[in-house]
Amino acid sequence: MTAIDNATEIVQSQSPIREALRAFRQSWAGMLGIIILAMVVIFTYVGPVLYPVDPFEIVWAPLTAPGQSEMAPLGTDYLGRDILAGLIHGGSATLYVGLVAGLITITIGILVGAFAGFYRGVVDEILMRVTEFFQVLPALLFAMVLVTLFTPTIYVVALAIGIVSWPTTARLTRAEFLRIRNLEYVNAARSVGARNRRIMWRVILPNALAPLIVAATLTIGIAILFEAGLSFLGLGDPNVFSWGMMIGAGREYILDGWWVVTFPGFMIFLTVLGFSLVGDGLNDAFNPKLRER
Amino acid sequence: MNMAMMVTRRLLHAFLLILAVLILNFLLIHLAPGDPADVIAGEMGGATEEMMADIRKNYGLDKPVYVQLGIYLGRALQGDLGQSFFYNSPVLGLVAGRAGATILLVTTALLFAIFVGTLLGVIASHKPKGIVSGLVTLVSVVGYSAPIFWTGMMLVILFAWVYPIFPIANMSDITKDAGFFGHILDILHHLILPALTLGIVYLAQYARLTRASMLEILGSDYIRTARAKGVSEIKVYGHHALRNAILPVVTIAGLQFGSIISGAVLVETVFSWPGLGTLAFEAILARDYPTILGILFFSSVLVIIANLLTDFVYRLVDPRIRAGG
Repeated sequence: MTAIDNATEIVQSQSPIREALRAFRQSWAGMLGIIILAMVVIFTYVGPVLYPVDPFEIVWAPLTAPGQSEMAPLGTDYLGRDILAGLIHGGSATLYVGLVAGLITITIGILVGAFAGFYRGVVDEILMRVTEFFQVLPALLFAMVLVTLFTPTIYVVALAIGIVSWPTTARLTRAEFLRIRNLEYVNAARSVGARNRRIMWRVILPNALAPLIVAATLTIGIAILFEAGLSFLGLGDPNVFSWGMMIGAGREYILDGWWVVTFPGFMIFLTVLGFSLVGDGLNDAFNPKLRER
Repeated sequence: MNMAMMVTRRLLHAFLLILAVLILNFLLIHLAPGDPADVIAGEMGGATEEMMADIRKNYGLDKPVYVQLGIYLGRALQGDLGQSFFYNSPVLGLVAGRAGATILLVTTALLFAIFVGTLLGVIASHKPKGIVSGLVTLVSVVGYSAPIFWTGMMLVILFAWVYPIFPIANMSDITKDAGFFGHILDILHHLILPALTLGIVYLAQYARLTRASMLEILGSDYIRTARAKGVSEIKVYGHHALRNAILPVVTIAGLQFGSIISGAVLVETVFSWPGLGTLAFEAILARDYPTILGILFFSSVLVIIANLLTDFVYRLVDPRIRAGG
C-alpha cells in the first residue's frame, strides 16, 4: 500500500493542478466567467443587506417603468412589486437549486458511468440500457411530470432536475473509465494488490476528473436553465422567489412592460454564461492540445 | 448482418423502449402520494364516486400490483392511455391531435438549424479567424446560456413593438379566410418566430461542430490529394470534405431530439403554439395527470422514432457503416 501512496505523492509533486490553474488564468473565457460569477454571487448575497426590500411587498403602482419612481429603480411588476428587489432576492434560490441539482446529476452520473465502465459485461449492458432509456424521455417533460406528481418544493425541483439530467455525465464517465481501466498504472495498482473499490475511486477516478469537472461546471448551468424553465411554467416552489418565477409571472404582461421579463432573464443568462465560460476556461486549462485553436 | 435482420432488431429495440416508458408511467402513477385512482382521475374534483369505482374496477386497483401492470400495459398497447376528465376526451386522441403542431415546429427548427448551421460552419472553416467564425462562437455562447423562453420573449417584444412584421401568438389567424394555400402561408408566417427561437440554439451548436470537423478534415491527406489533382475549391468543400464533416452533426441532431422537444415545450408556451407543450402547460394547471403522462409517453415515442430515423440517415450518409453492418 505504501508503494501506491508514494506514487500518488510523486504525481502530486509535479502538480498538474497548479499547471492547470496557470493555464486557466491565461484563458480569457475562464477569467471572464469567474468575474461574472463573482458579480452574481455578490449581487445575490450582499445585495439584500444593502437593499433590504421584500420582493413580495407591493411598493408602487403596477407596471411602473424603470426610472419612473425612486421606490422601484428598475420598475414594478403587474402587482406593483419592486423588480430590483426581486432580482436581488431571486438569485439565491436559483443558485441553490442549480448547485444541488448539479451535484445530484454528477453523483448519479459518475456512479452509473464508473460501474458500467469498470465492470463492463452484464453490468455495463444493464446500466447502459437504463441510461439509454432515460435519454429517450424528453428531460423537461419528465421533470414537469415529477414535480407535478409530488409537491413542488425547492428540494423536489432540484431532485427532479438531477434525476432527468444524469445520462450525459454517465456516458462521459463510462468512456473515461473504459479508456483508463487498461492503462499501465491501473495494472500496476492491481498487481500490488489494490482491490476493485480502490482502483475505481482512488486510481481511475482522479485521472478521469478533468473532463468531469468541466462537465460538472456546464451541468450547473444547465440545471439553472432547467429550474428557470420549471419556474416559468409555474412549477417552481411557490414560496420561494426566483428569477424564473418572475418571468413566468410576468409573461402575460410583456407587451405592457418589457422590463418585467427582461431583467430577470438577463440575470439567468449572465449566471449560466458565467458557468459556461468557466467550463470553457477549464477545458482549455485541462487540454493543452486545444489551446492552439 | 443483412438489412432485414438489422431493421428487425432496431424495431424490436424500439418496441422494448416504448414498453419501458409505459412501465415508467405505471410506476409514476403508483409512486405519487395518494390513491392511484385519484391520479388516474386527475385532481379535478369532477370525478364522482361512481367514476372512481369504475376506475378501480377497470384498472384492477384491488388486485396485486403485477396484475395491475398487466392490465395497464394491455390497455395502453390497445391505444387506451386513459381518459382526460378536464378535456372530457380520451388522452390518445387529445395528444395525437396536438402532436402535429409540435412535430411541424420541431422539424422546421431542426432542419433550419442543420442546413443553416452546416452552411455557416463551412463558411467559418474557410476563414477560421474571420467574422463568421467569431459570430458563430458568439451566437452559440449566447444561445447556450440564455433561457430559450426568454429569447422567445425578447423576439416577441422586438417583433410586436419595434418591427411588427411577424405574428407573435397562435398558429394561424382565424379571422383570415384565404383558402387552402392562404391558410398554409398563414401557418408558415406564424411558424417563423417560434422556429427561429427554437432553432437558433442548435444552429450555433451545429455551426461550431461543422467548423471544428471541417478544419480537421481539410487538413487531411485525401483533401490534399484532391487539391493536387486540381479539383475546384467548391468541390473540395462540398463533395469531399462536407460529406465527412456532416456525420457528427447528424449524430448530435439525433441525440438532441429529446432536448429539442423540451425546448419546444417552453417555446410553445411563449408563442401559444397549439402543440404538446401548451397542452402540457394547460394539463399541469388543471392537474390532469392522465394527459400529462400521455404527453410524456407520446413525446418519448417521438424521440424513439427520431432515433430510428437518425440511424437510417446515418447509414445513407456514411457508406462505411452500410458495408460494415
